[in-house]
Amino acid sequence: MEANQAQAGYVGQAIFARERTTGLTAQRLRERLIELAMFLCAASSIAITAGIVWVLLVESWHFFQNVSLIDFLTDTQWTVLFENPRYGIMPLVTGTLVTSGIALLVALPLGTTIAIYLSEYAGPRVREILKPILELLSAVPTVVFGYFALLFITPLLQTVLPDLPGFNMLSAGIVIGIMIIPYVSSLSEDAMKAVPVHIREGSYAMGATRFQTAIRVLIPSAFSGIASAYVLGFSRAVGETMVVAVAAGTQPNLTLNPMEGAATITAYIVQVSLGDLPHGSVAYQSIFAAGLTLMCLTLVFNIGGYMLRKRFREIY
Amino acid sequence: MAKIENIETQLSINKKFDGVFALIGLLSTFVGMLTLAALLVDLGMDGLTRISYDFFTSFPSRFASKAGILSAWVGTTLVMLVTAFTAVPMGVGAGVYLEEYAPKNWFTALIEINIANLAGVPSIVYGLMALGLFVYQFRFGQSILSAGLTLALLILPIVIVATRESVRAVPSSMREAAYALGATKWETTRDHVLPYSMGGILTGVIIALSRAIGETAPLITIGALTFIAFLPDPPITSEFPFISFRWLMSPFSVMPIQMFNWVSRPQHEFHLNAAATGLVLMLMTLAMNGVAIYFRYRFRKRIKW
Repeated sequence: MEANQAQAGYVGQAIFARERTTGLTAQRLRERLIELAMFLCAASSIAITAGIVWVLLVESWHFFQNVSLIDFLTDTQWTVLFENPRYGIMPLVTGTLVTSGIALLVALPLGTTIAIYLSEYAGPRVREILKPILELLSAVPTVVFGYFALLFITPLLQTVLPDLPGFNMLSAGIVIGIMIIPYVSSLSEDAMKAVPVHIREGSYAMGATRFQTAIRVLIPSAFSGIASAYVLGFSRAVGETMVVAVAAGTQPNLTLNPMEGAATITAYIVQVSLGDLPHGSVAYQSIFAAGLTLMCLTLVFNIGGYMLRKRFREIY
Repeated sequence: MAKIENIETQLSINKKFDGVFALIGLLSTFVGMLTLAALLVDLGMDGLTRISYDFFTSFPSRFASKAGILSAWVGTTLVMLVTAFTAVPMGVGAGVYLEEYAPKNWFTALIEINIANLAGVPSIVYGLMALGLFVYQFRFGQSILSAGLTLALLILPIVIVATRESVRAVPSSMREAAYALGATKWETTRDHVLPYSMGGILTGVIIALSRAIGETAPLITIGALTFIAFLPDPPITSEFPFISFRWLMSPFSVMPIQMFNWVSRPQHEFHLNAAATGLVLMLMTLAMNGVAIYFRYRFRKRIKW
């Protein structure tokens, strides 16, 4: 009787143990599968980059089978959609650089001033209110900013500058500048905030005002962070599309005069995409070559910013 | 004596300048706010005249006064549906993996650097990639599916970064308590880490989607239509199996593209339509951002470790 019970208990335990191990294996399998799925999600970001590079390179390769690289870089006209097409990227590059240049002229001083103000002057309550409102600037759809540049800023500028044409790079640049202020200000502010308090206190102890401390101590100390804010602002300005497509016109124009209208690289891509271009035509390939140029432009500035940062990096 | 006076005058000049700069700083922030206000007023003055029930239920038209944004807002809704259903699981999965699972090795480092760089890629370049891959390579065509996937990839870095930040904020004592009770890693993540970080993730997702709603350039690049006078197939049908996915392959337009189309026309009447569309878009993004800010504020207040 007793032995029987012991036997039954033993068998029961064995069954239980077996169930537990199969349960465990199933569970382990599930854990592995979930981990694998999440890994694939993370790894997909690399696939995206690979996809971008691959598409740009392949289509640009086809493009440069038809157009010589030297013409592309030296020709002064970009008339891809004309009867006798010319493929000189320069007018688009100057258009891009002029609009981004104006944007930076607006965004860097304003953004840096705001960053100093928010990090050194404003109290926590003021900051809590001002920061989210400023960040809304970068949340507004860019096409709305385009509308604003074309139908508000340009007429406003025309009252001061009567000769200003309806499409011009000036108003597009100004609006992009305002748009990228939050990128510049919030990253710069973070960088200034990260400067240790004792460095500030040292400066105050010497009798420096907040302004002197900010200019002579904080900015040099936080330079690497501020530089990356500037580089990000530039990348945004160069890649900005809708504002320039709406307000700066779609006519390629080799000029450095911001009072004229000129197409940028991005505006050209939009203009071509709006038409119905046959897949595989040279004009179709040209937008990928333009995109590649855009990527190279941002890459050059990013590398420049990286080298600058490395040179001036302060470690505490 | 004279020297001390010199220093005193110098100090008072410095102090004055300090005060002046405080004013300049405040004024600089006002430039941004003034722009926002001017933008809203400008859109409101032109756009409110056109906002009516008909504006939301009419197709675009050659006649500005009869045109509406029906196809545009339906398109935006459907594209956002695809975007949300792709970007949220992928972004949250990637974020959780990088915070909770990823081993410290070169591949993880590569993924991290890569995500940081992707956030800086101009949106139009995503459009070019989608044109080459989704539209022609995978043969999705110039469809809602392609558009939704493009925007999903575009906002993926935002979702990933938001997920990581809020998952990181969960203290490890929570995880250790779950492990001590025999929970597996996934059970711990699902039942404890994710619920606690839900607020931050939701905030990030809303902000990301508000970005996607306003995106125009990549969708123009993949070939969204600027004039469309029909709706995609409805997702719910009266016959079995009641759900249809044919709308995924339908051509489409979205609200920012509709606005771009109208603002590019010379006639003033169409500019009014553009303003009305812009107003709707602005209110939508502002509302989404407001909700996100509220969430951030609320969850920060409620959870105290």
